[in-house]
Amino acid sequence: MTTAEKYVTAAYCVVFAVVLVYVLIMALKLQRLERDVEELAARVPDEDAEETPQEPARVG
Amino acid sequence: MRRIPLPALAVSSLVLVATALVFVFYVAPNDQTLGFSQRIFYFHVSLAFTAYACFIGGAWNAFRHLWKRDPRADLESYVCVHQGLIFGAMVLLTGSIWAKISWGRWWVWSEDELVLFLVLYLFYCAYFMLRFSVDPGPQRANLSAVYALFGVILIPVSFAAIRLAKEFLHPRVFTLHGPNFGGWILVTYCIAQAAMLVLAYTLYRLELGGKRLDARLRDLREALA
Repeated sequence: MTTAEKYVTAAYCVVFAVVLVYVLIMALKLQRLERDVEELAARVPDEDAEETPQEPARVG
Repeated sequence: MRRIPLPALAVSSLVLVATALVFVFYVAPNDQTLGFSQRIFYFHVSLAFTAYACFIGGAWNAFRHLWKRDPRADLESYVCVHQGLIFGAMVLLTGSIWAKISWGRWWVWSEDELVLFLVLYLFYCAYFMLRFSVDPGPQRANLSAVYALFGVILIPVSFAAIRLAKEFLHPRVFTLHGPNFGGWILVTYCIAQAAMLVLAYTLYRLELGGKRLDARLRDLREALA
């Protein structure tokens, strides 16, 4: 490999590495957002439980 | 207007980047004067034009924010500028590598075209310092929009600086009579340019989607508190 070939390959590797790091950062951020959504979903009262009709109490 | 789905964009950018790489290394011939090192320019020039396009997109969205008070425009302008900085960093890195091959130095401070691109880059770096020094709200959005609009003035200056290069010869890819090359070199450049533009748009959509989701989650958390 000539010096020019080495440098050109390095230049393309730099571009690839920058894009890869950016995509990794975005993936980590999206993972964090997914965790936040789960956390919020756990805090929201369960609608199914509220809507389930309760059995009428027996009188007498 | 119906938007292209993100997975389709991601696949398109992957295919275009792979095709561009095949053309750069296996189809395009060696340049007669610059030799093998000229192959850096397929991505270096495409990255530079993509960075300019991102900064122009940032200015356009800033203008939309100031003119029409579009609530989405501020975030879109911010993401455009962020993409421009990422592509600008790649321009500086690939340019430095080419300078090392051709001029024997990583950086030449006496060259206007290098310094002006660095000034443009640092100007947009300062955009983030300004943005994050002000509390979120209309004031921050207005200040950021005005700053992004001013930045766009530096783009023609940076572009013209390549034509004013004095000491060293910075290759001129485009002249007033069109591109300075033809045949497979032009085809390869066009594919590389399309690949970089689609890649930038894909990353823009990805980041914008994440930011919007983050903002909605913050609002929901506040509503639940």
